Amino acid sequence: MAKTNTLDLTKNDYKGRPSTLCPGCGHNAISNQIISTAYDMAIEPHRVIKLSGIGCSSKSPAYFLGRSHGFNALHGRMPSVGTGAMAVNRSLIAIGVSGDGDTGSIGMGQFKHVMRRNVPMVYIIENNGVYGLTKGQHSATQDEGVPQKYYGINEYPAVDIALEAIVGGASFVARSFSGSPREVQALLSAAIRHNGLAVLDIISPCVAFNDTDASTKSYSYVRENLDVLHEVEFVGYVPQAENIEIDERTYERQGEILVEMHDGSRVVLKRVDEDSYDPTNRHEAIRQVEEARRSNKILTGLLYFEPERRTLHDVENLIDTPLVDLGEDVLRPSKEALDEIMQEMMI
Amino acid sequence: MADVLQAPEQAVGDETIVNDFQIIVATVNGTGSQTSNSLVIRSLFRMGIPVNGKNIFPSNIKGLQTWYTIRVSKDGYVARKEENQVLVAMNKSTIIEDIKQLPAGGVCLYDSGIRYEPTRDDILTYAMPVDDIMDQTDVKRSLRERVRNMVYVGALASLIGIELAEIEASLNAEFPGKQKVVDLNMSVIKLGHAYAEENYDRPSPFRVERMDETKGKLLMEGNAAAALGATFGGVQMLSWYPITPSSSVADNAMKYLSKFRIDKETGKASYAIIQAEDELAAIGMVLGAGWAGARAMTATSGPGISLMSEFAGMAYFAEIPSVIWNIQRVGPSTGLPTRTSQGDLLASYMLGHGDTQHICLLPANLKEAFEFGWRAFDIAERFQTLVFVLSDLDLGMNLWMTEPFDYPDEPMDRGKVLNAEQLNEHIKEYKRWGRYHDVDGDGIGYRALPGTPHPQAAYFTRGTGHDEWAVYSENSDVWVENLTRLTNKIAGSRDKLPQPIVETVDAADFGVIAFGTVDPAVVEARDRLAAHDKTFDYMRVRALPLSPAVREFIEAHDTVYVVENNFDGQLAKIIIMDYPELATRLKSIAYLDGLPFTAKFIVDSIMEHE
Ligand SMILES: Cc1ncc(C[n+]2csc(CCOP(=O)(O)OP(=O)(O)O)c2C)c(N)n1
Ligand code: SF4
Ligand SMILES: [Mg+2]
Repeated sequence: MAKTNTLDLTKNDYKGRPSTLCPGCGHNAISNQIISTAYDMAIEPHRVIKLSGIGCSSKSPAYFLGRSHGFNALHGRMPSVGTGAMAVNRSLIAIGVSGDGDTGSIGMGQFKHVMRRNVPMVYIIENNGVYGLTKGQHSATQDEGVPQKYYGINEYPAVDIALEAIVGGASFVARSFSGSPREVQALLSAAIRHNGLAVLDIISPCVAFNDTDASTKSYSYVRENLDVLHEVEFVGYVPQAENIEIDERTYERQGEILVEMHDGSRVVLKRVDEDSYDPTNRHEAIRQVEEARRSNKILTGLLYFEPERRTLHDVENLIDTPLVDLGEDVLRPSKEALDEIMQEMMI
Repeated sequence: MADVLQAPEQAVGDETIVNDFQIIVATVNGTGSQTSNSLVIRSLFRMGIPVNGKNIFPSNIKGLQTWYTIRVSKDGYVARKEENQVLVAMNKSTIIEDIKQLPAGGVCLYDSGIRYEPTRDDILTYAMPVDDIMDQTDVKRSLRERVRNMVYVGALASLIGIELAEIEASLNAEFPGKQKVVDLNMSVIKLGHAYAEENYDRPSPFRVERMDETKGKLLMEGNAAAALGATFGGVQMLSWYPITPSSSVADNAMKYLSKFRIDKETGKASYAIIQAEDELAAIGMVLGAGWAGARAMTATSGPGISLMSEFAGMAYFAEIPSVIWNIQRVGPSTGLPTRTSQGDLLASYMLGHGDTQHICLLPANLKEAFEFGWRAFDIAERFQTLVFVLSDLDLGMNLWMTEPFDYPDEPMDRGKVLNAEQLNEHIKEYKRWGRYHDVDGDGIGYRALPGTPHPQAAYFTRGTGHDEWAVYSENSDVWVENLTRLTNKIAGSRDKLPQPIVETVDAADFGVIAFGTVDPAVVEARDRLAAHDKTFDYMRVRALPLSPAVREFIEAHDTVYVVENNFDGQLAKIIIMDYPELATRLKSIAYLDGLPFTAKFIVDSIMEHE
C-alpha cells in the first residue's frame, strides 16, 4: 500500500506527465518540490489552477498536479490570465510558473501590475538567467559580465526579480534555489497559504545553456554563494482543539520570528547568525537584497511579508461566493428592471 | 443692432422649410458645448420631432474646434446629411470656413463678439453679441465660459421655434435635482432668447414644429445600450483599457452594474470591473475569466485590437468563450482617433496569426447594440470561442432615437458545461471525457470548469497543438483533425447567428448589401433613388461568418452594391472569399473620410453605374 495523505491521496495523485525538460534542469526539481508540498499539505487537486507563460519553465505545469486544471498562456501574459480566473473564482488556489525571460522581459508589465493588484496567487519565477527554450540567449536577469557561447558577454545590468517584487508592492517575496528542497517547500507552503500575491524567485540552473564556470546561475556558483537569511519552517494550521500552544516568547528568546498566515498556519524563521531578520520591514528588505546583489551573493529566505494588504477581491468589493457559482437569478436583472430604465428615459 | 440681418431678398425662397434640415454647431472643445448641443437635441425630441445628433470632434480635450450636427427630419431619417442649412458659429478660428460651407439660402447665427462680419449676401445672418448678453447676467466670471453656449441655445430656440418649456424640461432631465444649475443655465438661455425675439425681425426659413413621432421612444448612445445589454447578459468580469471611442462602454457598465448587481445585504458586488494596464492584460483577464467559467468581456478600439491579436488567436484555438466590443475608429495606426469607421471588419474577423476566424456581430442600431450585448455571451459560450461585436464611434458615442429594448426572450445559454455528476454520466456514455472530444458532431466539446470536484475534470489548456483529450501533440494528423473541427465549428454558426434583415420590393433593379451604421444612409438612399425610378432589394448583414442567405440574395440579383464605411471594401472582400463565383455581380461602394455615411453619396455612387 502506498502512503497516503489526509485526503487518502498518494503522492502519485499529485504528479503530472513525464517531464520533457533536460535531465538535471532546475525546473524539474521545482516541479517535484511542488508535488511534495501539495501532497504534504493535502491540497485538494481540483481546487488548484496551474498557470504559466511560455518557456521551458512555463511548460512544467504539465509535469505536476495532473488532477488540477492548467492554463499555459502566452509569453509574459500569465499574470493577466491568473487575474481574470481568480477574480471570478476566489475559491481556487492559483499556482503560476514563469521564467526569467517570461517575467523579467516580455512580462515585466503584467508582473508589476499583478503585484499592485495583490491577486491571491503564487507566482514562481524559475530563474536561470537565460532563455532556455529559444536556446540560450541572455535574459534580463543574467548578471553583467557573464558570457554565452553564441551571444557573447552580457553587458547590461541584471534585473533583480526579488527587488522588483518588493518595490513593486508584492505582499510576499521570497528567494530560494532549486537545489534547496526543504527551503523551497517551506516557502511554497507559506506562499500557498498567503492571502495575496506571493512571489518566489527560485534560482533554477539551466544545464544546457547556463551552467558554465563563468555563470553566476550555475549549480556550483549558487551553492557556493548562497546567503541563507534564516531557516524557514512551515507549521501547518492545527485545528483549535489540538492546538499546541506555541509560546511566542520562547521564539523571541531564541531570536526566532514567527509569522502568522491568514488561515492560522505559521512560518517560523530561525536565526542562522546573531541577527534575526524581520521580514515585515520593507526598507530593510530592500537594503539586504541590494547588499547581497553588490557582493554577488544569492540571498535566500522570506525577504518580505505584508500580511494585511487588501487583495483584488477586497478592493473590488466582491461577494464571498465565487462569481462563477452565481446563477441566472442573480446575474440577469428582471424584466421590471429593464422596463423601469426604459421608462425613466422615455418622455 | 444694424448688423442683424444682411441677407438680400433673393437668397431665401418664400417657403418655410419645416422639420427637415440640418443644423451645425461650431464650437471650441471643452467649453461645455456637449451640454448645450444635447439640450437642443433633447428639446427637439421632446417636441416629438425625429432628430439625430452627431459629434464631430478632434482628438483634443480643450481648445480645438468641434462641430455637432443636428438633423431634424419629419420623415424620420437619421443619417448624416452632407449639407447643413443652419450654422451656429461660436468658434472664431473656423467661422470663415464654416460660413463658406453654407448653401445659398442658409442661415448663420453667429457670435458677433468674434469680430468677423459675414460677407456672403446669399445667406441670412443673425448676430449674437454673446459677451454683451453675458454681461447682463450675474453669472460668476469663473462659470461664464461654461454657460456662454447657452446664449445660442436661447437664440436658436427663438429663431427656429424650439419651445422654451421643453428646453427647461430637458435641463431638468440633464441635471436632476440640481435646481441651481438648471436656473443658472435657464437664465442665460432666456436672455439669448429675448435678444433674438427683440432683434431678429427677419424670420428663419427653417423652422421646427411640434410633431408626435417620438412618443414611446428614447434617446441613448450606443455604448450605453451595449453596456446595458451586457448587464442583462449577466456579465461577471469586464476588463478594459481606456481608449476613445470605447471608454463609455465601461463607464456605463459601471453605472448599470452598480445599480443591479450589488448584493442588498452585504453591499458587495457580483461582478468585477478591472481597469487593466493595457489591452494585452485586458484580454488576458477576459480569457482567464472565460476559461474559469464566467461571462467576461472587454471594450476597445483599433489600437487595442492590434494588441489583442495574440490572445485572440489563442481564444480561437484553445476555445475560450470571450467577448470583445470593438468600437471602431479610423486607422491604420492612431489614424483619426475620434472619427468613425467600419475599417476593422477584416482585421477583427481574422485577428491572430495562423488560420483564425472569429464570429463577429454587427449591430446597426441601439436595439441591436442592446441585444448583441447579451446575446454575444450566449454565442461565445455556445460555440466556445471569441465573439467580436463591431460597433463604431457613430453608433457608440452619438445620441440615437430608439424604441425601448426588448427583454431577452431566451434564458441564458451557458453552452456545454459538465458538473461532476454530469461528467460521470458522460464518461459512462462515451467511456472517456476529452475537452475537445466531439461527441455531438458539431465540433463543440464539453467543458469541465476549474474547481469541478472530480478526479477526471482537469485538463490542460494551451495554445500549442493538442489532441481531443487536450494532450500536447505535434502529430500532423492530429493537427489537421483539430483545425478541421474548428473550421466546421465556426461554419456551423452561420445559420445560428443573427440572420440578415432583408427588405424586398417588386421587380427590383438591383440589390444592396450593407452592415452596421451605414444602414440609415442606405434606407434614405432607397427612397431618394425611387425618385429616379430605381428600386432595390436591401440585405443588411448582421454577423460573420456570413449567413447562407447572403449567397441566395446575390444569386437573385445581377448586380449587388456592397456599401461600407471603409476604404478597401472589406465586406465585399469577405463575400468574394466565400463565394468567388459570384464576384462579378458585386460592386463595391466603399468610402471612408472619417464622417458617417450620407444617402447622397450612396445615390451618386449608384447612379454612376446605373
Ligand atoms: C510573443 C512571443 N515572443 C517570443 C516567443 C519565443 N520564446 C519562447 S520561450 C522564450 C524565452 C523563455 O525564457 P524564460 O522565460 O527564461 O524560460 P526558460 O525557457 O528559460 O525556462 C521566448 C523568447 C514566444 N513564444 N512568444
Ligand atoms: S534548456 Fe535549460 S531551461 Fe530548458 S529544459 Fe533544458 S536545462 Fe531546462
Ligand atoms: Mg529562463
